[in-house]
This record gives sequence, structure tokens and C-alpha cells, in this order.
Amino acid sequence: MDTAKAVSPTLEAAASIEAIKVEDLHKSFGTLEVLKGVSLTANKGDVVAIIGGSGSGKSTMLRCINFLETPSSGKITIGGELVEMHTDGSPSNRRQIERIRTRLAMVFQQFNLWTHRTLLENVIEVPVHVLKVPKAEAIARAHELLKRVGLGDKADTYPAYLSGGQQQRAAIARALAVDPSVMLFDEPTSALDPELVGEVLTVIRDLAAEGRTMLLVTHEMKFAREVANHVVYLFEGRIEEQGPPAEVFGNPKSERLKQFLSSVT
Amino acid sequence: MAQSAELLSLSPPGWGGNLLRGLSHSLQIAFGAYALGLVIGLFGAYGKLYGGKVTRDLLAIYTTVIRAVPELVLILILYYVGSDIINKISTAMGGGRVEINGVAAGIWVLGIVQGAYATEILRGAIQAVPPGQIEAAKSYGMPALMTMRRVTIPAMMSFAVPGLANLWLIATKDTALLAVVGFNELTLETRQAASSTRAYFTFFLAAGFLYLMVTLCSGGIFARIEKWARRGQPSLKGGSR
Repeated sequence: MDTAKAVSPTLEAAASIEAIKVEDLHKSFGTLEVLKGVSLTANKGDVVAIIGGSGSGKSTMLRCINFLETPSSGKITIGGELVEMHTDGSPSNRRQIERIRTRLAMVFQQFNLWTHRTLLENVIEVPVHVLKVPKAEAIARAHELLKRVGLGDKADTYPAYLSGGQQQRAAIARALAVDPSVMLFDEPTSALDPELVGEVLTVIRDLAAEGRTMLLVTHEMKFAREVANHVVYLFEGRIEEQGPPAEVFGNPKSERLKQFLSSVT
Repeated sequence: MAQSAELLSLSPPGWGGNLLRGLSHSLQIAFGAYALGLVIGLFGAYGKLYGGKVTRDLLAIYTTVIRAVPELVLILILYYVGSDIINKISTAMGGGRVEINGVAAGIWVLGIVQGAYATEILRGAIQAVPPGQIEAAKSYGMPALMTMRRVTIPAMMSFAVPGLANLWLIATKDTALLAVVGFNELTLETRQAASSTRAYFTFFLAAGFLYLMVTLCSGGIFARIEKWARRGQPSLKGGSR
């Protein structure tokens, strides 16, 4: 990029390691202010766990990052690129936001697989139609990814015939298929039966181990402590406390966090 | 019996050829009107769901008025008003009176009627698509039109097909109403044949049989379409995928 040359070396270095930077993010639904100024930076390779009670704004924050929710105000920078926004917070450059979204892969609480397509079709959909990857190449890669999440034999099955855990693993394969720079997990195990949670967490743990950048909204405290290198505790739309997991879980400073942790464990 | 067979024979003096020609006209109009209705319906449904206030209000007026007025009345209004307007324009531009093509007029008139019903069927079907599936497409950077083509429309098909099948059968039978404006579709051809030969029973029974055949074939075709549209959804009976 030509503009990058004008930037000072330190800033350039910062941009190259910063995967996501959220600055003073506000979000209101009507008169209800859900996010009251959240700032957060995730560097490449970071696994950031976002925890908090229901209604704390953790899912809303995640959804603002790829503009599934329109922020009320604030700045969002993805991979060093500031998302252009109207004054009302909606993305003003349709092509830019679409391009940025292809680098952020979201895994939803309710899986949101396309039910009229087989698992293979789900996984190749975005690479083939949005990213214009040759179909044969996308199919080969999709088979690889499905095998990786333990669904190698289910490529031609429709999502409705699978368990929740299998569907969520397929959704993770779909996310990996776009080769994202950041993965956004929105409570990926909250809709699963307890005995199916483990298989999904195993897949996510593997991804964390290979150095993928991830933002993970979760209720699984043990898991957050184990895979994250940074934990953010949200309370009523503000970051109440953040830090390395050992600190946040082992030695919480805020009363509210102490209370929260004792209530969930 | 032998007399009936003679009357229905395909070549004159039999009237069978006239009946089949009428059927072919009826089907042409039904196809055309149905296709036009689907296009109007798709735009109408999207307009009602995502359009601005003015669009939504106009569409509400369209669907309400069209569905409130009996089709026969609509056909008379749209046909005579339509041809009147075309002729006024034609004479104003220095041309003579225009002969209105019956098939084209029938397609337009019935298409506008069908569009109102299709708008409501498709709007309901689009709303029945789980929002998460559309959101997933959006979150992966899929542009709006591609989302509509690749996700929303295929996902809504299973909800829309039963209603659309009904609409098609109504389209085939509404063509009979065009007899009142003198268009020689199946019903008018039948009436002419019957009154010329006094063999009312024979001809109307034959016409009824032809309409029944159209319905049966349509039923078979829509059953296949529905099966395709419901791919990936376990049936209530359970069993095969």
C-alpha cells in the first residue's frame, strides 16, 4: 500500500500485529445503552475470551465488530484498516465492509448452517461464490476441513440430520474455509447438550494451539482460562476487568467479577 | 357415443381441434400470467419487507385492492381500461386503433392479479426463513443480491411451494374468466362448440376433462418441485433423507 510508506515505522509495526482494535464502542437499542464505551485490542495470535453475565453486552460487542449490529459510535479497525462509518454508525463503504467480513469468520450460538445445503455445500459456499476460489480446489479443501473437525464421512449429509455438536463443528469448518484472519465465536457451546460441548471445545482448542486469532464469547470459564491468553470481563456494557487468565480468574480485583466467578463455578 | 366421438374429432366437422386450441391459449396465458405474477410477487415481497414507507404503502394498496375486488370485475376493468388507454395513446400519436392481442392482454391482466397473491405468499415464506441463515451469509461478506439468490430464495422455497402450487391452479382456471372479454380460450371455445351443435353435455364434459388433466399433471409436477424444495428437511413421517 502506498499510504503505508508515509506512516512512521512504529505505527506500521503496530498495524501489522494488530488484528482487531475497538475504540470507545457504544451501542444502544432504542433508549437502552448496551455498550457504554468499550475499547479492546487483539493482536495476531491472541485468543481473547470475553466473559460476563447475560445482558452484559458481550455478544453485542462481538456482533458490532463485523457490523451485524450497527454501532452507535466508536471506531473499529480490522487488520490495520479502519472501517468507514456513517455518523449513525452504519458502514458507509459497502465494498469495504463486505471485503472485511470475508476475513472475519463468525461461529454462531445457533450454528446457522444453511439447511438446504449439504455440509460440503455449506463449506464451499463462501469460498466459491464470494471469494471466487475454483470449485475443485474449494471442494478438496472442504473435504480436508470436514475431516479435520471429525466429519469426513458426513460431507453429503444435510445439517438437520446431525447433532448440535456435529453442526457446530461443521460451522467451524465453514469458518475455516475462508481462511480468516480472525475468528469470532459467539457462545459456540451455549446451545449444545452438555455431553456435546466437549467435542466442540476440542476443535476450538486445536485452533487456538495453532495460533489462530480468536475472539471468544463464552460461558465456559474453565475453557476460557485454559485457551485464552487474555480475558475480558464485561459488566453492564463496560469492561470491568481484563488481563491474563491467571490474574482474572486466580486473583480477581473487582467485587463484581469475584461475585460473577463464584456464581458460575 | 358414436355421435359424441364424431363431434369431438380433431378435424372439422368435429370440434376437438377448437377445444385443444382453446386449451393451448388457456395454458399460454396461465404460464405467462403465472411467470409475471411470480416476478411481481418477488419484488412485491422484498418491497414490503425491506422497502421504504412509500413503497410499502403503495404495495399495501396494490395487494389489498387486487385481493378485495372479484377477479371478474378486475378483468373487465383492466381489460377495457387498458385497451382504452392504449388506443388513446395510439390515436394521440397519430396512429389508428390498435387491435389488442388477446394472449398478451390476458397475461397482463391475470399477471397483475396473480402478483398480488404471490406477493403475500412470498413475503410469508421469506419471513419464515430462519434469520440466522441470512445473517450467516451477511457475516461472511455475501452481497445482498447474492444472499437473496443463494440463501433466501432457496431457503424460502419449501415454505412457498404449497401456496404457489395453489396459485398456479387458480391461474389455469382464471383463464376461463377471459371468456367475458371475448378471448377464445378453452371455455369460450367450448361454449361456441356447444351452442353450435346443441351438444352441451358432451362439450362441457370434455372441457372439464381437459381442466382435470391440467390439474393432475400440475399436481405431479408440483409434488416433485416440493420434494426438491424440501431437501435437507426431515419429513414428519421420518425415514429417508
